[in-house]
Amino acid sequence: MTSQPTTLVDIRGLEKKFDLSGSLLEQISFRGGRFQRKQEAVHALNGVDLQVQKGEALCVVGESGCGKSTIARTVMGLLTPTAGEIHYDGQRIDNLRGRDVLPYRRKMQMIFQNPYASLNPRMTIQQTLEEPIRFHQPDLSTSQVLEKVQEVMASVGIDRDWGSRFGHEFSGGQRQRVAIARALAVDPEFIVADEPISALDVSIQAQVLNLLMDAQETRNLTYLFITHDLSVVEHFGTRVAVMYLGRVCELADTKTLFSSPRHPYTQALLSAIPKLEDDRPNHIRLQGEVPTPVNLPSGCVFHGRCPYANERCRQEIPRLDTTAGGTQVACHAVEERRL
Amino acid sequence: MSLLEVKDLDVRFAVRGGDLTALRGISFTLDKGERLGLVGESGAGKSVAAFSILNLIARPGYIAGGQILFEGRDLAAMGERELRKIRGNRIAMIFQDPMMTLNPVLTIGTQMVESIKAHRRISKKAARDVALSKLNKVQIPSPEKRLDQYPHELSGGMRQRVIIAIALLMEPEIIIADEPTTALDVTIQAEIMALLLELCEQDNLALMLITHDLGVVSQVSQRMLVMYSGRIIEQGPTREIINDAQHPYTQGLISALPQMGEPGQRLFQIPGAMPSLKNVPSGCPFHPRCKFAMEQCELTMPEYVRSGNVDVACYEVSNLIAREKGMQKVEF
Repeated sequence: MTSQPTTLVDIRGLEKKFDLSGSLLEQISFRGGRFQRKQEAVHALNGVDLQVQKGEALCVVGESGCGKSTIARTVMGLLTPTAGEIHYDGQRIDNLRGRDVLPYRRKMQMIFQNPYASLNPRMTIQQTLEEPIRFHQPDLSTSQVLEKVQEVMASVGIDRDWGSRFGHEFSGGQRQRVAIARALAVDPEFIVADEPISALDVSIQAQVLNLLMDAQETRNLTYLFITHDLSVVEHFGTRVAVMYLGRVCELADTKTLFSSPRHPYTQALLSAIPKLEDDRPNHIRLQGEVPTPVNLPSGCVFHGRCPYANERCRQEIPRLDTTAGGTQVACHAVEERRL
Repeated sequence: MSLLEVKDLDVRFAVRGGDLTALRGISFTLDKGERLGLVGESGAGKSVAAFSILNLIARPGYIAGGQILFEGRDLAAMGERELRKIRGNRIAMIFQDPMMTLNPVLTIGTQMVESIKAHRRISKKAARDVALSKLNKVQIPSPEKRLDQYPHELSGGMRQRVIIAIALLMEPEIIIADEPTTALDVTIQAEIMALLLELCEQDNLALMLITHDLGVVSQVSQRMLVMYSGRIIEQGPTREIINDAQHPYTQGLISALPQMGEPGQRLFQIPGAMPSLKNVPSGCPFHPRCKFAMEQCELTMPEYVRSGNVDVACYEVSNLIAREKGMQKVEF
């Protein structure tokens, strides 16, 4: 790694709302002698700033509904952001259309959570791996394409004979290998992995994680790794961003985050991981549950469950500030040195 | 006598082309107030084991042999009418997905009252009071309100609390929990596991916890069973197995956890995957993935040997023990 990290992907002020209210006619209701128009939306992302440095594995963690998958999909251009910008290597990419997107589609690839859904059941493994190469490098001759497929199959540990078989003939771990091979087939620089190992068994998880780490080393890849499993993050991540209700609440080096978590939510999350050395659950108890992202709480989104919340937390949204230890935290209590 | 004793249980699935053996020679005991963890990866047969205890194996599955003794009576040989007096009453079960186990068109109160009335002659009013007291027991916020709500109005964590309350309705002796927190987030999982543990300790309930998460097992259970391809390959006190696993598969499973690896370094990995029931390897089913495999392993299934307080089915371990004994003799 170079001493001066360069930013590969720059996410600026990203917001994403999913409209719930439907068409205009569905929004209008007649109540108390008056027509009313009611609009509702899920606020999945509420102003996220993240920089992915070249060569790192940036992990985004959080519980269901925190917006981590929405980040993955928006960065990949599968969703259009409501507001904010995404830059790749200095170029804004979220507003590109048609042919202009193509080079970025090749450089950025995605691995999905469920290898049972992400492989086309009617294509053989050979076809699955050929398709992206033929699409992105149409000048290659058939023999060159075949050579590339062989090469990528070998690099992820897929047997050559698998080529003529279909996805359903393989186990979850084997399918995820194929999905990884498909992402690597077009020589990407940047890979977004959305919970790539959550659907797999423990012994298979280790195999796939090792594969992803090998690929990073040999191909100089940069990862945006989305997961809810903190023990994987500790092993795999260079830096970690913890999300809660569509906002980043803490961002730090993996080691720093695990040794000295600052945000009260991060502390609770870390304490909830069941560890082998525990002989009973000893987590920090939070009040209540994650509120709905339809009506966001005012001020700090975490204030309703936070043991340290005061009046300011209920009113004012905390900014992500860098602390002395290098950790970036969005918390009034940390800023005021109450915590 | 143990509260529950499973002896040499065989479960098979009758499919075209012959029977598939899902469980082979499963034996274990569960004492009153004891918490037992059942660990394994998908396809190991943990859920089949849990379901067969209550004789809930649906066709084409059937219990092909063995006994399930609950207070000395064999559940495997019992008629459906008799069994109903035990199932849900003395032995309750909690399933993985709370949305699948609750009826979406009935209120929580209706479902709870229904469960009580299936087992006891009791007025609706009295049944509702019992339901309310159990909801209180699982520490659900504003329990009166929940009785009149539908499952979709509750969050995942609250639904699982309701499920636990339903399991507690008849004050059972045993709770079988099949991956009760797998569908939940980590912070909610921690809450639910802490609650289950608290309830078991309070009422001296026996718990059989089925999970793939070794961390959860070590937090909650006193003894554990490790399953592989329909067999129990190792069983004993949880601490002893976690700290010093004997079977190569258990060792591999523990070392493959990311928390056991050095950050940034390759994780330990067990090659291959769990065999499907259609082609279980001969002898010890783990031998194709095992680095200690020898000729013997391919031929016959190893018998259990005792190492400390742990029972292990592995030739490598039994050879090691035999060698140690030999050494001791020389010393004398």
